[in-house]
Amino acid sequence: MALTLDDVTRIAHLARIEISAAEAAGTLAQLNDIFGMIERLSRVDTSGIEPMSHPLGGTQRLREDRVTETDMREPNMRNAPEKQDGLFLVPRVIE
Amino acid sequence: MRADWEVVIGLETHAQLATKSKIFSGSSTRFGALPNVQASAIDLALPGVLPVLNAGAVECAIKFGLAVGAKVAERSIFARKNYFYPDLPKGYQISQYEIPVVQGGSVTIHVDGVDKTVQLTRAHLEEDAGKSLHEDYHGMSGIDLNRAGTPLLEIVTEPDMRSSAEAVAYAKALHSLVVWLGICDGNMQEGSFRCDANVSVRPKGRKEFGTRCEIKNLNSFRFLEQAIEHEITRQIDLIEDGGRVVQETRLYDPDRNETRSMRSKEDAMDYRYFPDPDLLPLEITADAVARVRAGMPELPQAMRARFEAQYGLPAYDAATLTASRGLAGYFEAAVAAFGGDAKLVSNWVMGDLLGRLHEADLGADAAPVTPAMLGGLLKRIADGTISGKIAKEVFATLWVEGGSADTVIEAKGLRQISDSGAIEKIVDEVLAANPKSVEEFRAGKDKAFNALVGQAMKASRGKANPTQVNEILKRKLAG
Amino acid sequence: MFEKSVAELSRALGSGEVSAVELAQLFLARIERFRAFNAFLDMRPEVTLAQARAADRMRAEGRATPLTGVPVAHKDIFVTRDFASTAASKMLAGYMSPFDAAVVENMARAGMVTLGKVNCDEFAMGSSNENSAYGNVANPWNPGAVPGGSSGGSATAVAARLAPAATATDTGGSIREPAAFSGITGIKPTYGRASRWGMIAFASSLDQAGIMTQSAEDAALIFNAMLGFDPRDSTSIERASEDYTRDLAMPVKGLRIGMPKEFFGKGLKPDVEAAVRAALAEYERMGAHLVEISLPNAELGIPVYYVIAPAECSSNLSRFDGVRYGHRASEYRDLADMIKKSRAEGFGPEPKRRILIGTYVLSHGYYDAYYLQAQKVRRLIADEFQRAFRECDVIAGPVTTSVAFGFGEKAADPVEMYLSDLYTIPGSLAGLPGMSIPCGFGDRGLPVGLQLTANYFEEARLLGVAHRYQQATDWHRRMPGGIA
Repeated sequence: MALTLDDVTRIAHLARIEISAAEAAGTLAQLNDIFGMIERLSRVDTSGIEPMSHPLGGTQRLREDRVTETDMREPNMRNAPEKQDGLFLVPRVIE
Repeated sequence: MRADWEVVIGLETHAQLATKSKIFSGSSTRFGALPNVQASAIDLALPGVLPVLNAGAVECAIKFGLAVGAKVAERSIFARKNYFYPDLPKGYQISQYEIPVVQGGSVTIHVDGVDKTVQLTRAHLEEDAGKSLHEDYHGMSGIDLNRAGTPLLEIVTEPDMRSSAEAVAYAKALHSLVVWLGICDGNMQEGSFRCDANVSVRPKGRKEFGTRCEIKNLNSFRFLEQAIEHEITRQIDLIEDGGRVVQETRLYDPDRNETRSMRSKEDAMDYRYFPDPDLLPLEITADAVARVRAGMPELPQAMRARFEAQYGLPAYDAATLTASRGLAGYFEAAVAAFGGDAKLVSNWVMGDLLGRLHEADLGADAAPVTPAMLGGLLKRIADGTISGKIAKEVFATLWVEGGSADTVIEAKGLRQISDSGAIEKIVDEVLAANPKSVEEFRAGKDKAFNALVGQAMKASRGKANPTQVNEILKRKLAG
Repeated sequence: MFEKSVAELSRALGSGEVSAVELAQLFLARIERFRAFNAFLDMRPEVTLAQARAADRMRAEGRATPLTGVPVAHKDIFVTRDFASTAASKMLAGYMSPFDAAVVENMARAGMVTLGKVNCDEFAMGSSNENSAYGNVANPWNPGAVPGGSSGGSATAVAARLAPAATATDTGGSIREPAAFSGITGIKPTYGRASRWGMIAFASSLDQAGIMTQSAEDAALIFNAMLGFDPRDSTSIERASEDYTRDLAMPVKGLRIGMPKEFFGKGLKPDVEAAVRAALAEYERMGAHLVEISLPNAELGIPVYYVIAPAECSSNLSRFDGVRYGHRASEYRDLADMIKKSRAEGFGPEPKRRILIGTYVLSHGYYDAYYLQAQKVRRLIADEFQRAFRECDVIAGPVTTSVAFGFGEKAADPVEMYLSDLYTIPGSLAGLPGMSIPCGFGDRGLPVGLQLTANYFEEARLLGVAHRYQQATDWHRRMPGGIA
């Protein structure tokens, strides 16, 4: 069940985090330790058990279909790294 | 389509739901606002925000499920679909994965006079992403998140269609239905109704499906048809040349009429779906479904059958009048206002009204001539006050100036002349003024009779009762 | 004055003995004096004093609540309009939220005065506050020891009496463990009692806001203002509002206290065990009955937690991409590169580690074996607690296996660090309310905490059980040396 360097590179890409070869190697060892600890779960018999997504259960509350938000563009965009004409700017998006 | 090949098509449609606010936030969904003025903290995925579900979106989903005869799930789950894209603020889309709100269902289409049922796999609720604007901002793209969070119903079919014609028929039928139900405004230019087509080919007779490609960016029925046709040819050519179709997503380019592989998409995206811990399971009770069902409009098919039965209309009329709820409602209101022959009403609605509506690009509810006004007009034909021909003039006037049939008839002095004495006088004048036509008629030329009728109508400025004119003219020529 | 509890300060403010402005100035000066603890991050004295003046006005106009004018520090996981919110990460350096967290709003409405934002482990991930991008926090009892985490700043602020109370968050033990290491009281309510609106999300199905104070009585007073249904949080529980001080005076005679035998096994250091058992003996003297209970699956809590929490956080942290806010790399080739670099530069090693674990356990082919399996075992653990609560009224035991460890002792070994949460994680997985109260000292003169866990919605009883002990003992009044 051990992870490989390829796994680390693949996951880092999925998570969009740049990772150098050296970092990947170090991370690999740590991740394998952690997964070694997690392995114990696979030996537990959970047949017939419902997974628990929410500790207290319950069902989703519904909100009335009503416009409640006003134009808060200025404060909401206050922390934007780059913006112009009310748009967030990013390096060119290629389809 | 080459004779030895068969195409298999499935459609995925994203219909923007016509709610006032977004699916998980209270922002407006109105189209066309300035960038990011309708993007709240929730829509921008600022740190610390949480989603709350819009009851209106759920109601739309239930209506759809009922209309297509699907199962509305008693319990469905929202899941996170994880991927990175600048127009996806959270880095995940809240959607539904294993347990969608609508399961199954079907849509009937008519192609070349044949009925076919397209089975639906499912329909689920999810949120729309924002938009990237590619007008260069010194080499950068602009991101507008007004659209992020707009509720979508994603409707997925089984791979049941076997031609681009069937695919277009389905898309049109689905479009009509969601507009009819009032759950989507159907405005394809504004992106309210977007289709993706999954297309594969296989040699005729083969049971297994070929490898399919998904074609995106189809926002008109014409593009849908063209893109599918192009893709069919591309795949067949590729296979016949010894190549293999690669499963991928392709974008349709309407300017070049071709599809091309999407550069940024990875071959097999790992979306890492898991139930969204910020949202609890959506429960829809039988009572809730019953309430929605009670408030649903009569569906097009049922209404068509009723029009044929209740109003004695031919199938063509029933189909034309039920093209939209607005038109059908107009028709019924006009029948009620008129109180007479429904077929007469139908002719006027399908003819004079519909023509002008199309020209002015108006819905029936915006017609300047209301059902009450039309009903009043038709009454005056029925009681002989005016002829059908004059009535058309009156209608035209009402369209532009408003008012009522009676006021226009009065103001323009359009009352039909039914007084036999007055008509006799007119006929006498016409006979005196047209000796040549009289001679020709007496010589056996029936056409001359029509010419004389025409002259009488002209002399009376169209107001003479044509039946009486005919009768009196005949009598005088005979005698 | 700075030693006074919230209850005492409330009385002093009410009687006019001290004003909100005077209190604010007093604590601001102390915070400045004890800068070296590194408990506080963003401070804006002019904002604090303006809030204090408003609190005094509130009192003058007859609108004061019991908490009006009482100072509080907010963990930097709660967003605030008037102070930066960084989650102790470079990713959010200088971030100014356009809205306040619900918990911050609730306490402000009651007239509490914000002293500033306090330090913590980055994105609430850690057990020692060694993961902050803005430096470690010192344990006032011993400068070489960790204060605990992730709410290390909150704990140190209260322990060193730099604030009478501090908000905190608990996902796997991040309130209870630092409270134990720092000799103070910390409580996490039932999942859903405190609104998560405005709490920078780590693990959504586990995160809960709570409070760190000198005493259970203080916590009860603050809970009255802090908790409550919030329609902005879909997981917020809708229940009739209650007075959390109502059971403070309840006697513990006849109370059944369950002791999980698995929490008293090997791994528990003798000094901690001795202090915890002494506390339980005190409860017996007061008339409670000690009952042995068993939570056989509790030991699986750590692997379960380290699948679920990273899974949820890997998704929750995806929004940090440098597009709309937060750190954006200054050099990059294209969009994809910008995102990867921004995230690599903005996140510290622990968030990165957890994002990678989480991404892996959710990825194609592994979901069933890891995530789904963990959620099933989670239910087993929660069900066990319900069985235990048929035999006892509250569950008691140690909070940690040892007293506060030294800086660097566990930092190099993530698994070692994760094992610190052994006793607190099971209650978190079940969503139960839990507390830590000081019950003595162990090795190197460092504090020991007693963990108390009650069933869902029984915070009032929990606080009453804790208060009873604090009336009979004075551990909670002890202060570290050198802070006077």
